[in-house]
Amino acid sequence: MTESVESLVNRDYKWGFVTDIEADQIPAGLDEDVVRLISAKKGEPPFLLEWRLKAYRGWLKMTEPHWANIKYSPIDYQGMVYYAAPRTKAPLGSLDDVDPKIRETYDKLGIPLTEQKILSGVAVDAVFDSVSVGTTYRRQLGEMGIIFCSFSEAVREYPDLIQRYLGSVVPASDNFFAALNSAVFSDGSFVYVPKGVRCPMDLSTYFRINAQNTGQFERTLIVADEGSYVSYLEGCTAPKRDENQLHAAVVELVAMAGATIKYSTVQNWYAGDEDGKGGIYNFVTKRGKCAGAGAKISWTQVETGSAITWKYPSVILQGDNSIGEFYSVAVTNACQQADTGTKMIHIGRNTKSTVVSKGISAGRGQNSYRGQVKVMPRADGARNYTQCDSMLIGNRCGAHTFPYIDVQNRTAAVEHEASTSKIGEDQIFYLKQRGLNTENAISMIVNGFCKEVFRELPMEFAVEAQKLLGISLEGSVG
Amino acid sequence: MIEHYLREYEVAAADGGATAPGWFRSLQADAIELFRASGFPGPKDEEWRFTPIAPLVRATFRPAGSATPVGLTDLEPFLFGRLDWPRLVLVDGRFSPELSQLPSIAGLAIANLASVVKSGDGDLASDLAEASGRTVTPFASLNAALGMDGTVLRLASDSVMEEPVHLVHVTTPGSDGTVTHPRLLVVIGERARAQVIESYVGLGSEGCYWTNVVCDVRLSRGAWVEHTRIQRESESAYHTGVTEIRQEADSHYRSFSFAIGGAIARHDLRSRLGGSGAEALLYGLYFGRGDQLVDNHTTIFHDQPDCRSWEVYKGILTDRAHGVFNGKIIVQPIAQKTDAKQTNRALLLSDTAKIDTKPQLEIFADDVKCTHGATVGNLDPLARFYLTSRGIPDRVAGELLTYAFAAEVLNEISAEPVRTVLDRLIHGRLASDRLEAHDAR
Amino acid sequence: MAPLLEIIDLRASVGDKPILKGVDLVVNRGEVHAIMGPNGSGKSTLVQAISGHPAYTITGGSIRFDGVDIGEIPPEERAQAGIFLAFQYPVEIPGVTNAYFLRAAYNEMRKARGLEEMDPIDFIDLLEEKLKLVEWGPEIMRRAVNAGFSGGEKKRNEILQMAVLEPKLALLDETDSGLDIDALRIVAKGVNALKRPDNAYVVVTHYQRLLDHIIPDIVHVLADGQLIKTGGKELAFELEARGYEWLTGTPERV
Repeated sequence: MTESVESLVNRDYKWGFVTDIEADQIPAGLDEDVVRLISAKKGEPPFLLEWRLKAYRGWLKMTEPHWANIKYSPIDYQGMVYYAAPRTKAPLGSLDDVDPKIRETYDKLGIPLTEQKILSGVAVDAVFDSVSVGTTYRRQLGEMGIIFCSFSEAVREYPDLIQRYLGSVVPASDNFFAALNSAVFSDGSFVYVPKGVRCPMDLSTYFRINAQNTGQFERTLIVADEGSYVSYLEGCTAPKRDENQLHAAVVELVAMAGATIKYSTVQNWYAGDEDGKGGIYNFVTKRGKCAGAGAKISWTQVETGSAITWKYPSVILQGDNSIGEFYSVAVTNACQQADTGTKMIHIGRNTKSTVVSKGISAGRGQNSYRGQVKVMPRADGARNYTQCDSMLIGNRCGAHTFPYIDVQNRTAAVEHEASTSKIGEDQIFYLKQRGLNTENAISMIVNGFCKEVFRELPMEFAVEAQKLLGISLEGSVG
Repeated sequence: MIEHYLREYEVAAADGGATAPGWFRSLQADAIELFRASGFPGPKDEEWRFTPIAPLVRATFRPAGSATPVGLTDLEPFLFGRLDWPRLVLVDGRFSPELSQLPSIAGLAIANLASVVKSGDGDLASDLAEASGRTVTPFASLNAALGMDGTVLRLASDSVMEEPVHLVHVTTPGSDGTVTHPRLLVVIGERARAQVIESYVGLGSEGCYWTNVVCDVRLSRGAWVEHTRIQRESESAYHTGVTEIRQEADSHYRSFSFAIGGAIARHDLRSRLGGSGAEALLYGLYFGRGDQLVDNHTTIFHDQPDCRSWEVYKGILTDRAHGVFNGKIIVQPIAQKTDAKQTNRALLLSDTAKIDTKPQLEIFADDVKCTHGATVGNLDPLARFYLTSRGIPDRVAGELLTYAFAAEVLNEISAEPVRTVLDRLIHGRLASDRLEAHDAR
Repeated sequence: MAPLLEIIDLRASVGDKPILKGVDLVVNRGEVHAIMGPNGSGKSTLVQAISGHPAYTITGGSIRFDGVDIGEIPPEERAQAGIFLAFQYPVEIPGVTNAYFLRAAYNEMRKARGLEEMDPIDFIDLLEEKLKLVEWGPEIMRRAVNAGFSGGEKKRNEILQMAVLEPKLALLDETDSGLDIDALRIVAKGVNALKRPDNAYVVVTHYQRLLDHIIPDIVHVLADGQLIKTGGKELAFELEARGYEWLTGTPERV
């Protein structure tokens, strides 16, 4: 088995094509004028420009964090372009006006932007180089009072909501990359679900990086008002390029009393080639706040792409009886590195959190689980269960777990379990003896390993995730 | 406040320079440079992130001076009723020939460090040089720079010690503001079997002193060691200790680390499985009450294939006590067939006690069996109810269950007299916690 | 017609260590062969080598199945051709349900024979009948493959798989080890029910006990990598009574 790991080849990244489209791009580099320019291009109200500038000034005083278990060459923040948008942007309101080249891109990615063709029951906001190019099913959702639009549009149409919630979960000063994002974010998605409304379909954003040498800084804000429910899906791909590209997004979720937000990600940014050349640096801040009693936020992520993944979708369990969940599959093959996990901050009484993390390392991949469970003194009856399993394929990869457990309340119960296993030759032979070929055997074992996470994904996503997993591990075991 | 210790080093170097051999002085000089470069660790240092040692760092401790006279009767309560066991006693950091009992046992060479340094044991220079290079915390560097005395224990190949050797470290009343840096070196030959007990005792109940220990243990091929470490410092004292274990193939090391004293008590235990077939079993039990900070850091290096490690640490915390546990297991790429299991559990018995625990696996080999589990919580309410339903008063039930929680680890001590004494100590502690809680109500 | 299985002078080793030192064996359709022998004689190696276990290197001789030399073909293709190994230690596959696994294996067999895959609904009907054979209810299909199964359950699961996959040649590797009498009865019942004139069994066992339930036509004794004696079923009784020593000349290590 080990010998064939040496021949790590055929990692076919079929999403690696480039769309030839004219872009409105500003020169590389970052200063206050660039921040002002971005804000002006988007016609933003003064409060937002102020907010951006404050974030930018804060960012200047911060240093890039290096505590994660990842290695990469320094990022040149002045060599990067902070704004790139396809020049022929679709006028709002009509999907038919989406640039044919962009439409073609999404067709190729399997995300048709025409509502007739789209997977039934999923509304899509397509984000192309950090700019939203079209949102489907808006009218139907609007009839129920649900707002689902691009972030820029929300700034224009619903400035009060933006002002109230932007930065309320991830303050601009939160960390280096969040500060950078707050200063220069270009677009993203905004969702508001009114009181008592159950969103009838999955909402989804499909992020596509196309332009070269640009940083990608989207921002997603989801607010679920009291007693509402929304399920949100996020998918990502990028062209194959030899240089690394920074993707520093921020996602904020606010769940009011009794509301539920389910956020699922299938992350498949370009991972770089077998020798680690190129690929996306995926440095993302994702956090949700269960602001009211009985709120629930559930993160599910399948991370197969990116050269480096650095993200910790977290939940602040502020409301009593609120629930936080984190289900994760992270795959690192070739030279990929992932340092990912979650933070569950128990503040309210009887708050519960569940963490299930499955790390798969192959090739020379390094996979770290980093998690924190914090129980504050007033969180009586807080409960956490964490399960953190690693699978290693070949002996040049690594699996690491860094769970921080910090308990300040005697009535809390915190349980953490971790295990490490490998795909056994005996398992593979057993399945082969029953007629399965090696590839199917491995895919079956790996999918079994990840089952607890996959079953949290919406059906279409789960199927997609299983396929992706198969592809990203292709050639890792012979 | 590192200048204070740098000055102290200068003074000591000027004083003792005449008597200590050159190799020893140069080891000290190297160590003080390491310390000068590192300084004391701070909260930004990942290894010390949850261990606020500011009070210790702020204070300036002077070297322990002339000891208050101590007699065997003062010592007796700490000798497990076995005055016949071989023992080496350090009082306020200095060897006490009167209190020590060092019978001649075949294959065993044991003496205090200062005398070995003076007489020139052939291997000591290289053993210490190698050891001080491996120690990692700034406290260990400080120990190597300022340490005056300690123990050197060697057991020849194929020798078997029938009884444990007890290394006793006593701090006398009136030692407020002083520091000792005991240095221990234990080298066990091939297939030899040894039991070592290491005790830290404060004779005054309230002394605010500091003990800063470094202990190196080496197990040659096939050696077998049971190592019990009992930390019963005054509850106002500071205790910092590093234990470094290095194991060759097929050796078996079993450690029991017990900590009940100290205002701040930190123990770093590092075990290196450097030969295939080596096995390390690490058990720990710690108690915290009042404002005590009890910190255990363990690291197990699986450097070679086919080694096994098994670790169980348990803590019981009440009042405003703060527990810290960090357990690392590092499996190197060649260490295939590693079997490592780590468990740590903590009981929080008050509303203000807290625990930071971080079990950490770093695995670079694929054919391994590694698991770790951590639980934090209160006593099982169901078990408690079960006991009360059988007529046992609730507070007794609580005590019983707490004791049971501790006993599971305590039972791993094979020396019966030690087990009995610690058992009594735990019962006493739980009863006094209960009385205090009762009074508070 | 060529014999179902024809092994000529088979030699196999693990690393540098030779295990099989020239085995000749012919199994015809409709036959039940028992291979007995002391521990470490190479019984398990023989059946694993037939199914293509990668741990064994074939150093000489040949294995022909249905007239085709299978020495070089991968294990999954041997399985698809109709060779089934009931493992001595069935492997656990956490997270994969028995139902999913069995259907995947069944469909691989169908695909190999140019048949369409069977849909899940039809497959449930097929299973229902097979489950009866091993006296199991449908709930077993929701459990992960062998994960947390008792020793007896694992062996019953092997027989269930055999019933579903309907092999031409079934190799039972110490299927009786670790079984209580009830489980042994169920396993034997399954095997006997699946016996047909066009398939064959090779039953590897250390004890005669299993052969009370599955009556062999031919009994072989394997010792030190070679078949040293072949006889009828009465040979099994003789071995039970006298041990292996009279044949091998050395007392068996326990």
